[in-house]
Amino acid sequence: MEISLTVNGVSKTVDIADENTPLLWVVRDTLDLKGTKFGCGKAACGACTLHVDGEAVRSCSYPVKFADGKEVTTIEGLGDRENPHPVQQAWIEEIVPQCGYCQPGFMMATAALLNKVPKPTDEDIDKNIINVCRCGTYYRMRKAIYKAAKLQAEKVINESKEA
Amino acid sequence: MTKLKTHMGRRAFIKNTSLASGGLVLGFSILNSCKPEQAKEMVVREMPKEWFEMNSYLKIGDNGVVTIYTPNPEFGQNIRTSMPMLVAEELDVDWKNVLVEQAPYHADKYGFQFTGGSRGISARWEPLRMAGATARQMLIAAAAETWQVPKEEITAEAGVLQHAATKKSAGYGEMASVAATLTVPEEVQLKEVKDFKLISRSQKNVDAKSIVTGRPLFGMDIQEEGMLIAMIEHPPAFGLTLKSVDGEAAKAMPGIKDVVTIKSFKDGYEKGGFDTNAFPELVAIVGNSTWEVMQAKKKLKVEWQPITAYSETIAGFGGKQTINIPAGLESTTTHKSQMEALAAKPGKVVRKDGNPEVAFENATTILERSYSAPFLAHNNMEPLNAFAHVAGDKAKIAAPIQIPPLIIPTIASSLGIPKENIEMDLPRMGGGFGRKAYAHFVVEAALISQKVNAPIKLVYSREDDMTNGIYRPTYHATYRAAFDENNNLTALHVKAGGVPESPLFANRFPAGAIDNYMAEEWTIDSNISIGAFRAPRSNFMAGAEQAFLDEVAETTGKDAIQFRLDLLKRAKENPVGERNDYDADRYAGVLELVREKSAWKENDATKHRGVSAYFCHNSYAAHVLDLKMENGKPVVEKVVCAIDCGVVVNPDAATNMAEGAITDGVGNAFYGELTFEGGVPQKNNFHQYQMIRMKEAPKEIDVHFVQNEIDPTGMGEPPFPPVFGAVANALYKATGQRHYQQPFNKSREIVG
Repeated sequence: MEISLTVNGVSKTVDIADENTPLLWVVRDTLDLKGTKFGCGKAACGACTLHVDGEAVRSCSYPVKFADGKEVTTIEGLGDRENPHPVQQAWIEEIVPQCGYCQPGFMMATAALLNKVPKPTDEDIDKNIINVCRCGTYYRMRKAIYKAAKLQAEKVINESKEA
Repeated sequence: MTKLKTHMGRRAFIKNTSLASGGLVLGFSILNSCKPEQAKEMVVREMPKEWFEMNSYLKIGDNGVVTIYTPNPEFGQNIRTSMPMLVAEELDVDWKNVLVEQAPYHADKYGFQFTGGSRGISARWEPLRMAGATARQMLIAAAAETWQVPKEEITAEAGVLQHAATKKSAGYGEMASVAATLTVPEEVQLKEVKDFKLISRSQKNVDAKSIVTGRPLFGMDIQEEGMLIAMIEHPPAFGLTLKSVDGEAAKAMPGIKDVVTIKSFKDGYEKGGFDTNAFPELVAIVGNSTWEVMQAKKKLKVEWQPITAYSETIAGFGGKQTINIPAGLESTTTHKSQMEALAAKPGKVVRKDGNPEVAFENATTILERSYSAPFLAHNNMEPLNAFAHVAGDKAKIAAPIQIPPLIIPTIASSLGIPKENIEMDLPRMGGGFGRKAYAHFVVEAALISQKVNAPIKLVYSREDDMTNGIYRPTYHATYRAAFDENNNLTALHVKAGGVPESPLFANRFPAGAIDNYMAEEWTIDSNISIGAFRAPRSNFMAGAEQAFLDEVAETTGKDAIQFRLDLLKRAKENPVGERNDYDADRYAGVLELVREKSAWKENDATKHRGVSAYFCHNSYAAHVLDLKMENGKPVVEKVVCAIDCGVVVNPDAATNMAEGAITDGVGNAFYGELTFEGGVPQKNNFHQYQMIRMKEAPKEIDVHFVQNEIDPTGMGEPPFPPVFGAVANALYKATGQRHYQQPFNKSREIVG
C-alpha cells in the first residue's frame, strides 16, 4: 500500500507491501535515515524513539500504517550542526555521549517531554525518560535535560522579542 | 631531556602516494561522511587543495589543516578525541585545525588496533606522540632548508614555524610539501609533562555533533549499493547444534533471496583466544530489507541436535591452552550446586604465604563468608552486526569490532582467501564492553556474502544478541579470616572458582599485606560461551574482596578506610612475598583522596556509606557510595570516586567514563543476571533483562584524579569493579544486613 507522510518537513510517499512494517524500518531501510536506532524491536529500550505529530513514539513497534498522513520528526530533523535544537545543544555542552548509539532516542524523548513540560522536575524526568543507556550516561543526561529546558526557555523569550 | 629512538614501526612511515593527493587511505572507505561537516567548524574553513602525508597517522594540508588518522576502533571511551590529542600535542598544532579520521584496519601502518583491556591510551602513549613529534621535526628541517638557517633556531608552535633572527615565519601548510619529502629523523624528543598544552586539558568529543544530529556512524548504519540484509538462526540452547533445515517456507516470503547454512571454521583450524563461538554452524536468511528478513526468519523450520563433548586447543594471549567442552543442557540450579560442592573441597593452591593452616588452627575466631554472582549478558545497545562483500578472492568488510587484527586470520581461513585480500573499515561501535572483541559475527557475515555472492549486512536481533552471548561467567568465592584474642587479623584464605573459569587474582591485595595467606581456585567445565566483560574477573573479585574486608575491618573494630590503609602500609614497608602485583603507595593514594573528597568520618551515623577500592589494568580506583532506602528500594544518592591512572589525557572524557562505570556497576550489582534452564538463556530482551535506567542511576557522581606524571595506565575498566563492593557495603549500612549474592535486588530486605 501507499503511505503518505511528512518526514522532517518533507512530503514522502512510500509504497510498502506490509502495512504493519514498523515505522523504524521504513525510516532506516526505505528512507535511509539512520539516526533512529534499532535496539530491541519490542519498545523496551527507546533507542528508536522519534516523533509522530509531536508525540514521542517507539518506532520499532509502531506500524507504518498509523503514520499515514502524519508528521514524523527524526533526530535528523530535530536540528542540525548549524542550528541545533536546544536538546542537541545541551547534549553537546554537557558532552553527554559515550558510545552514542542510544542518544538520539533519549534526545527525541527529551524534546517531546520539554514540549509538554517546559520545566521538568527530577520526578518528571524519572517518569518520562525511561530509555536504556548501556554506557550509563544518565547523570550527564539529567544535567543536559535541565540545561535544554533552560536553553529552550531562553529561545522562546528571544523569539517572542523578535516577533 | 632524553631522546628516544623512533619506533612507531618502520611501515608507519611508508607513504601511500594516493594519500598525498588527498585520496582515502585505502581505495575503499565508507566512513567519511562527517568530514566536510567537521570542516565547517574549523578556524580554517576550507579543505586544502593538496595534502602531504607525513606518516601513516597524519597528513598536512597546504592551508595548515591537519588530518589525524586515529588507529583504534571507538566504542565510547572517546579515544577518537584523546588519541589524536597525543599526535596534535607533539606536532604542536591548533586543535581547531585538526580533522579526525578513523584509520581502517592496517597492521603495518597502525600497529595492534585493539580497543580493550583498558590498554588503548597506554599502548599508544609513545607511538602517537612520536608520530606528531617526528612530523614537527621534519617541518622544522624543511623550514631550515628553505630559509637557509640552522634548524635549532627555528620554533614550531601552534602550527606556525618561526625564525626570530630573520623574522621569517610560515604556517605548517606552507612547509608540508618539502617536509613530506625529507627523511624521518632517527631520534625524536618528546615534551615533558609540564610542557603539555593540549594533553590534560579537556577537549570536547570530536564526534559529539555527529552523534547528536544522528549521522550514520555505526556499523548498524552502513548502507551500500546492492546490499542485502542477512540474519542468522542459532540453536535455542547451549549444548545444541544444527541438524537440518527446511528453508522453503521462509524462501517463499516476500523479499527473501536465499536461505543458506554456514560453518564458521574450516575443519582443523586452530582457534585464537577471541574465536569463542558456541554456535559455529548456523542457518542464515538473506533478503531485501530488515523487516522482511525478520518476518521470514519465523518461517524457518530447523532441527537441532545435542553436541558431543570435545576438547580443543586455543592459542590465546597466554599461550596455548586446552579447554574441555562438555555435552548436555546446563542449568543455573545445577551450576549453583556444583559450585557449592567444589567450594567445600580443597582447590588448587595458587599462592601460600606463611603458615595459614596453623594460623587458622590457633585462631580465637574465624570469619567465613561466601559470595556469588550470576552470568551477565553484555547488552550493548547496538546489536551485533557486520557488513561484508566477498567477491572472488577479495573481501571488503566494515565491522564494529574491538580487535580487528585477531579475526583477520579466521576470516581468511574460513573464506579460503589470502589475508592480504581483506580490507576492513572500523565503524563506531554502539557499545563493546568486551563482547565485540569476539568477532564471530564478522566471519558469519563474510561467509554469508560469499555464499549468496552479494554485499550483505548481517543484523542480529536483540534476542539473537542476548541469547548468543559470550557472557560474563558465574562465579563463587569463599573468604576466611582468622583473628587472635585481640581481634587482630592473623590469616586470610580465599578460594574462588566459576563456570567455566576462575576469577582469582592470587597476587593482588590483600596478598602481600598478611603474613599467613592462601589463595586457591577451581573451575567447572561448561558449554556456555564466556568471555571478557568490562574488567574480566575483577568485576566479581573486587566486590567479594572489598565486602569481605569491610566485615573484617568491622570485626577488628577499625574504621573501614583506616583498616585498608594499615594493610597497605604493611604491604609497602614490609611486603609478604615477592609477587605482589600492585603499588601499595598508589593504592593508598586513591583511598586517601576519596577519604578527603567524600569528607569521610569514622562511624558516621548520618549517612549509609560504603567504601571500596581496587587495582586492575595497572590503575587504582576507590569509591565512597552513599545510599538510602526509600519504600524498600535502594537509592544511590552520591558516589565520590578517586582514580590514579597516571596522566589523564582528556579529563572530562575520563570523568564521563568513570561516571558510566559507576552507573554500570550500580546497575549490574542490583539487577544484572542471566540464568539458564536446559541450556536456554532465560531472558532474551529488555522486557526481561533489567538494565539500570534514569530513575535508579546515582543522583550525584563526583570524580577526582590523582595528579601525577606517571605514563597513563588503564581508565575504562578500573572504576567499574570496586562499585560492587561499595554498593554491598553501603547496603549493609542502610539495611543492617550483609549481602553476599548478586544481584542484590533479589534479597528480601530490598524487595520488601
